[in-house]
Amino acid sequence: MNTTTVAVAPSATAAAGPARSTTPAPRRRSSTRKRLELALLLLPSTVLFVAFVFLPLIAAVYYSLFDWSGFGPLIDFVGLDNYTQALTDPTFQAAIGHNLFIVFASLIVQLPLSIALALLLHGRIRGRTGLRLLVFTPYVLSEAVTAVIWLSLLQPNGAVDGLLRGVGLGDFVQLWLGDGNVVMFTLFAVITWKYIGFGIILFLAGLQGVPEELREAASIDGASGWQTTRMIVIPLLGPTIRIWAFLSIIGSLQLFDIVWIMTLGGPAGSSTTMASYLIDRGFRRYEFGYGSAVAIILFVFCFVFALFYQRFALRRDTQGALTGRVE
Amino acid sequence: MTATATVAPVRRHLSIMVPVRYLAAALIVGVTLAPLLFVILGGFRTNAQINENPVALPSPWVFSNYVDILTSSSFWTFLLNSALIAVSSTVLAVGLGSMAAFALSRYRFRGRETIYSMFTVGLLFPLGVAILPVYLLLRQLHLLESWVGVALPQAAFALPVTIIILRPFMAAIPSEIEDAAVVDGATRLGFFWRILLPLSRPALVTVSVLAFITSWNGYLLPLLVFNEPSHFTLPLGVATFQSQYAQDTASILAFTALSMVPALVFFVFAERQIVGGLTGSVKG
Repeated sequence: MNTTTVAVAPSATAAAGPARSTTPAPRRRSSTRKRLELALLLLPSTVLFVAFVFLPLIAAVYYSLFDWSGFGPLIDFVGLDNYTQALTDPTFQAAIGHNLFIVFASLIVQLPLSIALALLLHGRIRGRTGLRLLVFTPYVLSEAVTAVIWLSLLQPNGAVDGLLRGVGLGDFVQLWLGDGNVVMFTLFAVITWKYIGFGIILFLAGLQGVPEELREAASIDGASGWQTTRMIVIPLLGPTIRIWAFLSIIGSLQLFDIVWIMTLGGPAGSSTTMASYLIDRGFRRYEFGYGSAVAIILFVFCFVFALFYQRFALRRDTQGALTGRVE
Repeated sequence: MTATATVAPVRRHLSIMVPVRYLAAALIVGVTLAPLLFVILGGFRTNAQINENPVALPSPWVFSNYVDILTSSSFWTFLLNSALIAVSSTVLAVGLGSMAAFALSRYRFRGRETIYSMFTVGLLFPLGVAILPVYLLLRQLHLLESWVGVALPQAAFALPVTIIILRPFMAAIPSEIEDAAVVDGATRLGFFWRILLPLSRPALVTVSVLAFITSWNGYLLPLLVFNEPSHFTLPLGVATFQSQYAQDTASILAFTALSMVPALVFFVFAERQIVGGLTGSVKG
């Protein structure tokens, strides 16, 4: 994320360029003034950021080396024991698996679905504006509200069951949240319901960047609608697809709110995610040292993924996409 | 970059795609709306009605669920707490973030890219990773059970996105404008305050909307900071209400429906900014 090449337009800044010891008096005064201005502008945000984002991360690394309840002094140094313990705990291994399930299920199901729906809403259709608004609505709701809505719908003999029975599909009724073999699929469906609108809106924006002339040229050359879509539109959506995938994967790795409210990671750990495991160990069992180790593992997951992704997939688009292009 | 801008429709002959399109559109409408309608309509039913048939219209319509919640204090308390926290964290993040973005975009100094990289890397730190130490820090600062204890970390975590969006925007404002301001006797801070900030309004709206929504929807931090129900935010309140009154489905549905209202109203009024902001923020 530090790949931005910045070329700020030379401006009045040049006048107050890098101060050297040889600079004449008026210049030195202006350079003192510049330093004061910079301190005034940068210090508040830097302090806030370092205090609540940067230092906590470093503190977490430190805590993770101790057996510690969060109270009293850190004395019980255990080295990397917390890490080995976490990585060998079947519940945590399962949690990693659940996160990866959501990662891959999103890529396989949500990506094609949101592109297809975006293509649909991009085309000529009555009530298009209304449809776009509507499809985005679940994304605006908080995770908590989403979770509570679906918790009500998915109760045994609740609305989903009632609907299935009403249309003669009663055999499909499951213990949606109570059956360990079903719960991850249920959660994935809820996540898809909530986030699909974001993907659609993103791809709609991407589709506006596909020149209409290209499609017309292709169709004049005899390409079918499907061929045009596959050979021209989808490749041109490349940058949008890569950004969507990046956000989706990072989000899937950090999944917490919906899981915590709907299942608390249950039944019997069958929907635990890395984040819900972390909160459970840290705040319900007061294992702050152990919880910190889990946090660092989660961070490493996200960080390593982001680095690789940046290096291999995003390289071409990064500047315009994640970091913003400074021209 | 507004996704709603209309594009000249493709001129194409009526094909088999047309019915497929409308079928899919109908499916989207159904899948999106049905859960919301179930919640809203369910709030107008009694538990007996819901138990008898989970999917049905209210008969008769009952208003007591909604009335009870709207006349009790807890819903309004949650709403006010959420508003207070979201507004302060947004003001803080956008205020401090725009100052930093100004320094990082229009000053030259050593370490500039280092500071910028620090903020951008922050984009990769999920709140969850830092939450245990943040919690301990808040405990030490006696900010547990305080709205400040939620607003401060939320603002800190909103800074990366804010700065990443604002910096290129501010850098793109032509230097001639700044030169003219200097000729007219403006100081650099005066230029920032009187000229650059007003010119950056579209980007400021975008980052404000992003920060506000993130804070408004936040669940993890309020969950850990607040134990006392009178301090709860709306998301925490909804989730707690659900687990407390698990048997009273009708009240839960009414409560959930009411807590969707602020987000939906906000969406209707700021749809352009929200959609544009979200797509713009990832599209550059």
